[in-house]
Amino acid sequence: MTTPQKTEVKLVSMRDALGQALVDFAPEFPELVVLDADVSHSTKTLGFAKAYPDRFFNVGVAEANMADIAAGMAACGLRPVINSFSLFLALKCADQIRNTICYNNLPVVLAGAYGGLSDSFDGASHQAILDIGMLRTLPNMAVIVPADAEETRQALRLALRRNGPTFIRGCRNETPVLFEGAEPFQIGKARKLRDGGDVTIAACGVPVLMAMEAAERLATEGIAADLLAVATVKPIDEAALAASAAKTGKVLAVEEHTIYGGFGGAVAEAVAKHAPARMDFIGVQDRFTESGPYDALLKKYGISVEAIVSKAKALVGQKPAPARPAARKAGARAPVARRAVARTPVAKKVAAKRSAGKKTGRKR
Amino acid sequence: MGTLMAPKVEPARVLAETDRGKKAAMMQYLAHKLRMDVWDILHEKGTGHWGGASSVAEILTTLYFDTMRVRPQEPRWADRDRLVLSKGHASAILYAVLAARGFFPMEELHTFRQIDSRLQGHPCMKDTPGVDMSAGALGHGMSVSLGMALAARLQKKSYWSYVIMGEGCLDEGQTWEAFMAAAKFKPERLVALIDYNGFQLDGSSDEIMPLGPLFEKFYAFQWNVAPTVFNGHEIRDIQRALDWVKQQTAWPVAVIFKTKKGRGISFTEDTHKFHGAVIDDQAYAKGRPELLKTLAELEAAL
Repeated sequence: MTTPQKTEVKLVSMRDALGQALVDFAPEFPELVVLDADVSHSTKTLGFAKAYPDRFFNVGVAEANMADIAAGMAACGLRPVINSFSLFLALKCADQIRNTICYNNLPVVLAGAYGGLSDSFDGASHQAILDIGMLRTLPNMAVIVPADAEETRQALRLALRRNGPTFIRGCRNETPVLFEGAEPFQIGKARKLRDGGDVTIAACGVPVLMAMEAAERLATEGIAADLLAVATVKPIDEAALAASAAKTGKVLAVEEHTIYGGFGGAVAEAVAKHAPARMDFIGVQDRFTESGPYDALLKKYGISVEAIVSKAKALVGQKPAPARPAARKAGARAPVARRAVARTPVAKKVAAKRSAGKKTGRKR
Repeated sequence: MGTLMAPKVEPARVLAETDRGKKAAMMQYLAHKLRMDVWDILHEKGTGHWGGASSVAEILTTLYFDTMRVRPQEPRWADRDRLVLSKGHASAILYAVLAARGFFPMEELHTFRQIDSRLQGHPCMKDTPGVDMSAGALGHGMSVSLGMALAARLQKKSYWSYVIMGEGCLDEGQTWEAFMAAAKFKPERLVALIDYNGFQLDGSSDEIMPLGPLFEKFYAFQWNVAPTVFNGHEIRDIQRALDWVKQQTAWPVAVIFKTKKGRGISFTEDTHKFHGAVIDDQAYAKGRPELLKTLAELEAAL
């Protein structure tokens, strides 16, 4: 059981964390080089550019070229980290990521700043709600969607040691630090944040915090949620999902992404295979989004504490999936962490701040 | 499964020859012999790209037998010179040259494009010893080789990074992104070789996507481009071009080679029709005597 340790809310953006981590890790990883596509002020690789000008390559607004330059570097022993807005990495470099980086299993880190709706004011053209889905279809690729700055930093260090390509999806805006001092992040391992027998809530990225708040609220209504923070979308922690789904028979996947093919799809694949359960999905429906403040945008497009509570309750009210009895049997062997219900002080603090009018994620 | 004809000059003898004139004649023979092997294999397997493979036979042979530092027994040697065949559909001739150079047995060419083969339809660096970078989708190679050259600079290594591109690669926008980036970063020992045969899949380049004036484009992109077009089928001319490259101090460097698509057989030359068409029995029987005749002439000149 991983319980977020901090009781004091610290706000740090994942892009700032990644930018700082690149600088901090540079001495430890002499082969580390950083490439950016004319957005280093936004992705926060500027600090690295200043500290290590020989190891920084600004290729201009030419993302595809950047990805293949990185591939060539990686094939010759370097450890490149390529940076751009997450949508542009996924779309403009799709061919390069698949046919060069992944096909050859090259150790390139793809740092997608501005994941999800976080480039909120720039509108649909910049909002990355397909990156997880696209990139997880590629063999050799690991897909990590951290929930906070601390996980982002740890994910980068692990990615730089990985023998293959890794996508780390960031967020533009400041978000609460959840996992400082908590158990170290491991690729492929979900964090159990809360134990409950009524409904599984599996979340990745920024909405993890929403899921924590939602679980609190559900508890006050007598619904015990089994809460998993699943930062590694690929390879996904099938054992943790199977154990939880077998226990609850109901699974709600929560992500900042289209409901098609992303984290929800990955959870569904794992659950369907090991412990079929009723499922529902929190994410953007099959539509384009728009400009607006981040929090309001998330809410409008169905990613909110209220939406999670509502869908979780609806799931709990449903009959179990027909295949559940067999699934229970199959999943019963899977180990489940301690049963004690975790308290989530950070979630409470943030909720208190929000209700007091404090906005998060507005800073440019 | 047929057996490929044994060459009159063993590749090891070509490598060992110290007289450059004699070596050029040997390579001229060997390149054509490997071209004929490709004709045989493509017919045998009923798949593959003849036109673009044939046009680059002499360039690849010169690179691997006269120019590049490689170790066939240690294909991943960190200090080796790199070659990216960006026009990856010419894989068959790359495989033939690599096999002749000793990276794997010539007999393995018979597995070309078959299940469980190390010789994929397009080059795959994970499968084939000697292949430095996978290719297939066009337009990647310039960027990749730029990355390789930048890695050399950072790691203070002195290996060369060559990339071979055809018209298809030059159609791709990414190549021009990479041309700009290469001129910005100017890594040493980065060399772009253009296999300029004038034809692509659908027709002539002039018809499909005019690339001229290519010299002026390289100049405009701030490249150090060789001032003349070299004949990409004359080994002596290719040697002269690569000698010129070695003398340069301004980077990046480009050389344009005039070549013929489908070189070596009258009815496959200078046409798009044998870009990727199956070499059927009729075409094979008609074309092979032409290849043999040239081979005999080259043998006589040894």
